[in-house]
Amino acid sequence: MRNACAWVAAAGLLLGSASSASAQEPAALRQEIDQLRRDFETLKQQYGDRLTALESKLAAAEGAAPPAAGQPPATPPAAAQPTPPAAGQPPAAPPAAEVPTGAAGAGGPTGTLPVYGSTVGGAKVFNPDIAVIGDFLGAAGHNSVNPQPGFEMHESEASFQAVVDPYARADFFLSFGEEGVTLEEGYATLTALPGGLLTKVGKMRAAFGRVNTMHNHVLPWTDRPLVTLNLVGGEDGIDDAGISVARLIPNRWLFLEATGQVYRGDSDELFHASEPSDLSYVGHLRAYQDVTENSNIDFGASAAYGHNFAGIVDGTDRGRFTTTLYGIDATYKWKPLSRSIYHSFTGRTEWIWSRREQFNGTQATWGMYLSGDYQLGRRWFVGGRLDRSGQANDASLVDTGGSFVVTYYPSEFSQVRGQYQRTNYGIGSSADQFLFQFQFAIGAHGAHPF
Amino acid sequence: MKRISLLTVAAVMVAAAASAQGKLTVITTTEDLAAIGREVGGDRISIEAMARGYQDPHFVEAKPSFILKLQKADLLVAVGRELEIGWLPPLIQQSRNMKIQPGSQGYLDASLGAAILEIPTGTITRAMGDVHPQGNPHYWMDPENGKRIAKQIADKLSEIRPADRAYFQQRLADFTTRVDAAEQRWLAQMAPYKGTKVVTYHRSFPNFAERFGLDIVGYVEPKPGIPPTPQHTLDLINEMKRQNIKVILVEPYFDLKTPNAIGRETGAQVLVMPPSVGGTKDVTDYFKLFDYDINLLVDAIKKGGTK
Repeated sequence: MRNACAWVAAAGLLLGSASSASAQEPAALRQEIDQLRRDFETLKQQYGDRLTALESKLAAAEGAAPPAAGQPPATPPAAAQPTPPAAGQPPAAPPAAEVPTGAAGAGGPTGTLPVYGSTVGGAKVFNPDIAVIGDFLGAAGHNSVNPQPGFEMHESEASFQAVVDPYARADFFLSFGEEGVTLEEGYATLTALPGGLLTKVGKMRAAFGRVNTMHNHVLPWTDRPLVTLNLVGGEDGIDDAGISVARLIPNRWLFLEATGQVYRGDSDELFHASEPSDLSYVGHLRAYQDVTENSNIDFGASAAYGHNFAGIVDGTDRGRFTTTLYGIDATYKWKPLSRSIYHSFTGRTEWIWSRREQFNGTQATWGMYLSGDYQLGRRWFVGGRLDRSGQANDASLVDTGGSFVVTYYPSEFSQVRGQYQRTNYGIGSSADQFLFQFQFAIGAHGAHPF
Repeated sequence: MKRISLLTVAAVMVAAAASAQGKLTVITTTEDLAAIGREVGGDRISIEAMARGYQDPHFVEAKPSFILKLQKADLLVAVGRELEIGWLPPLIQQSRNMKIQPGSQGYLDASLGAAILEIPTGTITRAMGDVHPQGNPHYWMDPENGKRIAKQIADKLSEIRPADRAYFQQRLADFTTRVDAAEQRWLAQMAPYKGTKVVTYHRSFPNFAERFGLDIVGYVEPKPGIPPTPQHTLDLINEMKRQNIKVILVEPYFDLKTPNAIGRETGAQVLVMPPSVGGTKDVTDYFKLFDYDINLLVDAIKKGGTK
C-alpha cells in the first residue's frame, strides 16, 4: 500500500512537471486521472487480497478434507498450508490424496506397513513436522571428576512428529552426538483408548520426577543436577523401551494424574536387565492446582524399581540385585498474565532417595536440588541451583554444588547461556567451572514446555 | 485395532447419549471466539475461553488446568493460523478427548471461513521474525470476519446438536443483523478520519485497519516477535516525524517503555488499544470491543488534530 501510494505520488509529480506549462485546464483532468488511478490501485489491492485469502482457504480446505486423518496437531489446519499462489500448483491439479504403495485402497491393515518414499508431490502433505535443535557447549576451568571438553557440539536433536492414523500419533527424537546417534525418544501415543487412558508405546523418558522427563534443550541450566547424575542413571536418566499408561483421577479440587510405566529394564547405569523378565517399573502421581490466574503449584511423587548390574561377575548376574528409587518434586510458577512475555518466576525442587543392593550391602542415600529462575525482561533470565547428592554405589560419599545461570534469548528460536558452577566432590576434590551454551532451533514451531 | 475402534465407538456413543440432554460445553482459545460463540449459542451452550483478553495469545502457558477443561469439551474453537501453535497442540493431545482432536467433529478452526490478510508468498524464513506462514491470525478484528466466525460456530453447533439448529440459526441471524447495524455506525464514526496514518506495536491490526481505513505505516517491533531495537526505534521516529504520524497503537500485553519514548520524541499519542474482548475491563463483548477501540481512536485523532 505504501509502495503503491509512493508510486502514484511519484507518477503524479512527473506528470505534473512535464505538463506544468499547459496550466489550468489540464490540471483538473490530471487530478481526475490521478484519482482514477488511485481508485484502481486500491481496487486492485483489495481484489488481490481477497483472491489470496480465497486461494489459501481453498488450499486449507483441501488439506483438511480427508475426514479420517486428524492433521498433526502441531500444524493445525492444513499441512498443505503454504501453497502460495505464486509457487502453488495450478488449481486444476489439486493435491489428490495419493495413496502410498502398499496401502491399497487405504483400507484396513494388509499385513505389512505401506512403503513410503514416493516422489509424488501430494504425498508430502503427510510428512511429519521436522525440527532440529543444536546444543553447543563450552567449558572452562578444571574438573578432574567429571571433565568436559573445551568445546563440544553436545547434541543435535532431530524431531519428527505427526499423526499416524485416527487412533495414534508418533513422536521421534533422535539425538546426534558428535559421533553416534541414539534414539532419545520414539513412541506412539494412542489417543483413542477408552477410559481416559493416555497410552504411550516405544522408547521414552520415564515419568520419574520432573527433570527426568525434560529434554536437554528445555532445561534451565547447561547441565543436569548432581542428583540426576549420581542417583538416576546419569545424563540420560531413566530412558528406556516400554509402555506407559496415564489416567486422570477425577475429583472436584485439582488436576490429579497417575502414571504407570513398564520398561525393559536397561537405563544407563541405573537399571540393567540380565534376563528378559528383569523389567523395571516407574510410577508417578502428579497434582496440579492454579493458585491464582498468575501462579500455580505442581507436586509429584514417584517411585522406580529395577535390577542393577552390581551383581554381575564374569558376565553372569550372581547377585540379582535391585535398585529402588523414591522421589518427590514441587514446582511453583508465577507469571503475570498481562506481562507474561516480560516477567516470570519458576521455583523447583526434587528430592530423591535411592536404595541400591550390592555385594557390600544395601547403599541407602539421598539427593536433592533446589532451583529458581527469574525472568528480568523479554530476553533475559537469571537463575541458580543448589545441589546435594550421595552416590548410589557408595553412600558414604556426598557431592554438593551450586550454580549461577544467566540466559539471553535473541529470539524464540535461539538462546545463549552462561553458567558458573562450583562442585565439591565427596572424594575430596572440588571444581570451579564456567560453562557456556548456545542453542538454536530450526524447523517446525514446537510447543513451549510447561 | 478392530477391537479398539469398536470400544471407541461404544465409548463415544455412551458419551454422546449422556450429554445429549444438557448444555453443550464449548471451549475457545481466546475471549473473542467465546464472545461470538456466546452470541450464537445462547443458553444452549456453556462457553469458556482459555486465554485472557489482556494476555498475549501467542504465549499462553499449557497449564494442566486447561487439560481438565478440554477433557469435558464437546467443541473446541481455535483461532488457527498457528496463533496457538506454542500451547494448544500438547493440550489437545493430553485432553483424552477424541471429540476435539483436529479433524474430528468437535474441532473448529475458525480461520478456515474467514478472510485472512498477509499470507506470505514466496520463500519465508525465520529471518523475517516469527512470521505466520498461513497469514495474519488477528482476523477477528474485522466485523465482517466476526460474522463469518459466528456462522461457522452456529453451523458447527447445529451439526453437533441438530435438534437446536433453528435456535442457533435464529441467533446467528440476529447477531448478524446487529453487527451490520453496528458496523454502519462504526464506519460512519471513522469515515472522517479515513487514511489516518498510525504505527502499531505488533501486527495485530491489519484487518481492523483495512475495514476502517487506517494506514499502518510502521511497527514498534522491527520484525514480528522480535523486541524493539535502538536502530529500528530511531528509524521509526524519523519516519514518523517525516510523515507526521501522531498515533501509536499498543496491545495491552506489551511494555510501554519504547512506545512512550517514541511518543515523547514525535509528539504522538500512545494508545493502549485492546485487540481482544477482555483486553480491558470495559470490553466485555464483541460489540464493545469495536466501540471501545473506535472511540479511543477517534478521540485521539481529534485531540491530535492531524490526519
